[in-house]
Amino acid sequence: MNCRVTKQVAITGFVSGRSRASENGEVDEAGAIDAGSLADLLVKFAHANFSMHNFSENMNDTFPKFLIWNAERFGDRPAMREKDLGIWQTWTWREMKDEVFVFAHGLAALGFKRGDKLAIVGANRPRLYWGMAAAQCLGGIPVPIYADSVAEEMQYVLNHADIGFVLAEDQEQVDKALAIKENCRSLKRIIFDDARGLGDYNGDYAGNYNGAPLHDFGVVQQSGREFAKENPGFLEHEIAQCQGRDIGIFLYTSGTTGNPKGVVMTHDNILITSINSAKQDNLTEHEEVLSYLPMAWVGDHIFSYGQAYAAGFCINCPESAETVANDLREIGPTFYFAPPRVFENILTSVMIRMEDAGAFKQKLFHYFMAVANRAGIAILNGESVARKDRILYALGNLIIYAPLKNTMGFSRIRVAYTAGEAIGPEIFDFFRALGINIKQLYGQTEAAVFVTAQPDGEVFADTVGKPSLGVEVKITADGEVIYRSPGVFHSYHKNDEATRKTKNEQGWVMTGDAGYFDDIGHLKIIDRVKDVGKLRGGALFAPKYIENKLKFFPQIQEAVTFGAERDFVTVMVNIDLEAVGNWAERNNVAYASYQELAGHPDVYAMILKNIEQVNQDLSADPHVAGSQIHRFLILHKELDADDGELTRTRKVRRRIIAEKYAVLVDALYSGANTCFIKTEVTFEDGRKGEINADLNIMDVPYLM
Amino acid sequence: MGHQPNINDMLLEVKNISLSFGGVKVLSDISFDIKRNEIRAIIGPNGAGKSSMLNIINGFYHPQQGEIWFNGHKRVSEKPFKIARQGIARTFQNIALFKGMSTLDNLMTGRITKMNTNIFWQALWKGPAEREEIQHRERVEQIIDFLKIQSIRKTPVGRLPYGMQKRVELGRALAAEAKLLLLDEPMAGMNLEEKQDMCRFILDVNDEFDTTIALIEHDMGVVMDLSDRVVVLDYGRKLADGTPDEVRNNQTVIDAYLGVVHD
Repeated sequence: MNCRVTKQVAITGFVSGRSRASENGEVDEAGAIDAGSLADLLVKFAHANFSMHNFSENMNDTFPKFLIWNAERFGDRPAMREKDLGIWQTWTWREMKDEVFVFAHGLAALGFKRGDKLAIVGANRPRLYWGMAAAQCLGGIPVPIYADSVAEEMQYVLNHADIGFVLAEDQEQVDKALAIKENCRSLKRIIFDDARGLGDYNGDYAGNYNGAPLHDFGVVQQSGREFAKENPGFLEHEIAQCQGRDIGIFLYTSGTTGNPKGVVMTHDNILITSINSAKQDNLTEHEEVLSYLPMAWVGDHIFSYGQAYAAGFCINCPESAETVANDLREIGPTFYFAPPRVFENILTSVMIRMEDAGAFKQKLFHYFMAVANRAGIAILNGESVARKDRILYALGNLIIYAPLKNTMGFSRIRVAYTAGEAIGPEIFDFFRALGINIKQLYGQTEAAVFVTAQPDGEVFADTVGKPSLGVEVKITADGEVIYRSPGVFHSYHKNDEATRKTKNEQGWVMTGDAGYFDDIGHLKIIDRVKDVGKLRGGALFAPKYIENKLKFFPQIQEAVTFGAERDFVTVMVNIDLEAVGNWAERNNVAYASYQELAGHPDVYAMILKNIEQVNQDLSADPHVAGSQIHRFLILHKELDADDGELTRTRKVRRRIIAEKYAVLVDALYSGANTCFIKTEVTFEDGRKGEINADLNIMDVPYLM
Repeated sequence: MGHQPNINDMLLEVKNISLSFGGVKVLSDISFDIKRNEIRAIIGPNGAGKSSMLNIINGFYHPQQGEIWFNGHKRVSEKPFKIARQGIARTFQNIALFKGMSTLDNLMTGRITKMNTNIFWQALWKGPAEREEIQHRERVEQIIDFLKIQSIRKTPVGRLPYGMQKRVELGRALAAEAKLLLLDEPMAGMNLEEKQDMCRFILDVNDEFDTTIALIEHDMGVVMDLSDRVVVLDYGRKLADGTPDEVRNNQTVIDAYLGVVHD
């Protein structure tokens, strides 16, 4: 059964950069941080304060201890919900504690010992979350694995982390585990949640309880109850033995390049970060959260596990990956995380469905959306707004915004975060105008998510916010963002070299991202450090930053900037055939081919306006003002993965494009107004052809 | 796959069945049996009489000759709905769902043969009719969970893609809690992934609900993997009957239907 869900989100950012260290009158270099500096001492002192503050509240320093405490303080409040036969079922904190403890006893009865690892593989299910806590109760380490990883990937993790026990969601995952069992030397037992389809596996695996490596979760719990009767006080003793500095979890990175790395986290890492971030956003036990992101991803571990335990709020598991939108609506979460792509899809579907609405409704919608764009963001930020707009906004809320938010499941949202990539300003503004408090954050697995986040009332589409509570962030001389926090990871499992490369002795972590702090202390991420260059004049040149700004225009499909070691910045633009074609239709612009449309003077004029807009944005920011675009051309063909110009995930391959279109690059810098180019293209059936074109090159005014 | 159903006695036997429409002989002198808990495939070229055979089993056609024994009783000529009540459910080659109704409502129609409250109580709704519907709804929700169609619970069936409609149709047949499930080309028109899912469902239905299954299918890979025994029809005659291996190596079957690999 191939129900694959790909929802992996890597939290990294793109950025922009003045060194923050310069505020302190010094610039530190990564790896050579002056630990004795006054600033550092101050920060260390502040850090110590945070930790003291946290532990003065309670003496609980591990998740199992928090579970006991939550069962006392929030005993009858909901801890978890899941649908059974279409009806939401609730477990209170007290009930959840019992479930976890019974399963922990069962695990102990199966021979699970301190230091053993429990792999957890499947979708977001209560029992899998319980398994996580149960393993921690026994001093073991849960290792969540992406549910859509193929058997080989799973095998790598099982062997790399020496995993003895697997908690699998269903037959699909059990099949994978059984398929690689022979190659996993440490694998001893497999426990499954959903027995469906596993009925006839007993024949293959001895069938009886002790001999079989395959166990039903419920049966394990049953034996746990007996074990608890025979060994009173056992679990309490085990829980008391574990401390905050002990290893709490392994989180494997998704491993887009090479083998995944196992990020080792202590209880302190996750718990203190969770407590701090919950405090920062005033998260209480009254929050409702839908946990739909992969359990193996650090974000879910913080939002659905760490913060849930720290603040005592309720986690809702969607019925299935396909029902998430519907479940979202039924639950109405108050705290929500989604990557920009999700918000983009929601906006698109709203707009498409509005197209089908009647003329009157459309008019109403557009009128009040204009009101919202004018007043909504200011109201959300607590700024002053004209009385008339306030009244109109209230009216709009009654007839448009509230019902719309209800349809999207966003009625009750207090805080929503997005991260992972740059979000388009108009997408961001749409939701904020409706009164949905979406904010951006910047984080990494290595930081237990939080590096920076936008505080309420200080939300901008192009920053990633201020350092989170307890986190110190600095910019090195190379413009790289580095940070230190209680959430900084313990190490990479069995990879000391990578650990040393990423984290220095003082605990600062290199992000590999280039960025800077703007005037109000917000971090801007511009690009990966290795991609950032300099113009010949010394100005900073961050290709991705400029390209992203260009790509937010619907007319522009792709943009490739040049400028490293050159006198100025130039760009090649790919128009978006759908958007520009649509425009051409409405404006009676006739064209026969992509090439003809791309070369049309009106299209050039339109793109020129976009680029002028970008230059204006850039000129407003002294860090990047030097990298305004001087000249541009519109490419005569779409950049295509088949021609090797894009990766299969549609990322621009800058070097290959620069080689292939060397003639054009030369022309961009030679001052010529046209350029002839002959290009070989590969058609979908593999045949090759040739496109010849005379391309115009346009100058763009430079703003001071 | 380790598929080992516990097969015991006969659930259905057809003996010497002949069916003709006017001068057209559709089936002549066909006999075979279906054991309890087995997956039985009926294969053959187009026009072999496979669908007619299913129509006879569920009582839609009445053969001119021959007898049908179901669950130990000889069948007397009866209306199809009475036969449905005896425990035979089916899906169709061309999907026959209520397109305007939701998945849930379509599955609920599968329960109709099990509903006992009379028209008066149904009209009054409160009381016994409501209680009864809640019971049936629970059963239907179990099937929704089983077939993993939670996301389309409230979606009108006409809006669903073809593969999903097939799954809903299987769900409706399951809702009838039949002893014998007749599947007419359950995988026709599906892509590879949908086929894999459907195979899994058929095996799971067979395992978990102890349902006996008779299926018609043209995908030989599926037939040979899924079924315990296969009967081959050709122009109304029975060509062969036996395990997948026997049938695969039977020369007459190869000549008439399977053919040989051309290099």
